[in-house]
Amino acid sequence: MELAEAVRWAIAAVFAALLVASAVAFVLRRLRPHKDWTELRRRIASWWVMSAVFTAAIVLSRGTSIVFFAAVSYLALKEYFSLIPVRRADRRVLFWAYLTIPVQFYWVHLEWYGMFIVFVPVYAFLLIPLRMITLGRTEGFLRAAGTIHWGLMLMVFSLSHAAFLLVLQMPATSTAAAAGSNVSTSDAAATLPGPGLVVFLVVLTELNDVAQFLWGKSLGGRKIVPSVSPGKTWAGFLGGVATTVGLAALCGPWLTPMDRVQSTIAGAIIGLAGFVGDVNISALKRDLGIKDSGSLLPGHGGILDRVDSLTYTAPLFFHYVYWLFVFHTHGAAPVPPP
Amino acid sequence: MNRWLQLTFFALVVRPVVWFVLGLNVRHRERLPKGGPAVLVANHNSHLDTLVLMTLFPLRMLGRLRPVAAEDYFLRTRFLRWFSQRIVGIIAIGREGRAGGHPLAPINEALQRGEIVILFPEGTRGEPEQIGEFKSGIALVARANADVPVYPIYLHGAGKALPRGEALLVPFFCDVFVGEPLCWTGDKDRFMAELTGRMSALAAEGEFPAWE
Repeated sequence: MELAEAVRWAIAAVFAALLVASAVAFVLRRLRPHKDWTELRRRIASWWVMSAVFTAAIVLSRGTSIVFFAAVSYLALKEYFSLIPVRRADRRVLFWAYLTIPVQFYWVHLEWYGMFIVFVPVYAFLLIPLRMITLGRTEGFLRAAGTIHWGLMLMVFSLSHAAFLLVLQMPATSTAAAAGSNVSTSDAAATLPGPGLVVFLVVLTELNDVAQFLWGKSLGGRKIVPSVSPGKTWAGFLGGVATTVGLAALCGPWLTPMDRVQSTIAGAIIGLAGFVGDVNISALKRDLGIKDSGSLLPGHGGILDRVDSLTYTAPLFFHYVYWLFVFHTHGAAPVPPP
Repeated sequence: MNRWLQLTFFALVVRPVVWFVLGLNVRHRERLPKGGPAVLVANHNSHLDTLVLMTLFPLRMLGRLRPVAAEDYFLRTRFLRWFSQRIVGIIAIGREGRAGGHPLAPINEALQRGEIVILFPEGTRGEPEQIGEFKSGIALVARANADVPVYPIYLHGAGKALPRGEALLVPFFCDVFVGEPLCWTGDKDRFMAELTGRMSALAAEGEFPAWE
């Protein structure tokens, strides 16, 4: 995929940050060799792998990026279905639920916004219970229908917004007006803002997690939601949001079509929504009585622990951007001349 | 065994299915044997169990992994016979004691060759995600090979993904809990009690959601 220079620099910056993290971890291990650093080492190693896979997905082609997000969606949904109580009779229903993933990401590939936005909330919502009705088992019907749809909304519908962000195209005419004085971005970045927006969303969401964790660890203090996620503090939350807002204001105008003010608001959305997405999955795990959702990513738990924030930030950031600018999508009315 | 076909099949079909379509959560992987002879004992709920266990080892050890399977089931058609024996590499034994020849003799021979034998002592896949009673054939194997370690392994999830009697694979993560090995204790009842005790302890390590 043709990437704007700013996107390439942003990716380089991610790897530079990882190098710094690895160096810091190395120094810490040397300074305090008696402490157990396995957890930190594993976490950073997993970050390297995740960043490499994400970079490859973004760099290779539009198709690989969509397949990448579909695969993340699949892994998250599978982990969710493996964690929740399921009726044996619903095996076939779950199979249909999995099938929504290729369909939903096919709409993304077609850039068919209208179908993309109703497929899971309307069609899957109405048809999955129909599949359950044909099984004829009513005991536990509501719980099963509810839990399956909750999973589809978070793991398929919400996460697929990150992929749709990627295929957004701006009409060349309105770009100049939207970008305003910001003429430093290249043509690719101006009409194909997708990769820049996706990198902005994903990197800031993950950084927000890390920043909230680091601020919380170093400052401690009053807990914010002790009954749901006992490790989270007000200091971590506020420090994390502030860090994310600062970074967003700094790189938004350079990486995306947003100006400084729009980028700052985007940073606030990602910071706040990321926190809610995180504690949302924490509440699920508390309810189920588990700590880590899996062991797919060493040091991080499962994939759900990594995409929890993204289930909230992806749709909220997407609709913010979608409201800010005019985009070309399949079936949309032609853009009126400015 | 057809080495190249087996290697291709496991590298291109089995591993992608087990690692991506299903996904493994392995606890205590470091306890797995580095080489043979050894006996892996697991609970059995799905055809996938064998493939999951065989994926725990590097491809170069593939030829030395020998799942024990019932001949009345796996040798019933020509294709199944070829596939089970040449590609998976099963040791086929009679479920009912037959006249002539000791039914466990092929297992003892495999262990003497230094192979890793995979055995499901329930003798059948049984009810989904429930452990049935362990048959004592495993005790006979352990007694005949007193210095060969027996590794209890608890499996969960494959029975949800592909239970007995179902042809449609529905993806679920598979949990694999590897236990500490034990050897023949000199007494059949004590050995069976020890083995089933360790299996229940492994099963109790996980918190599994309801599946009713």
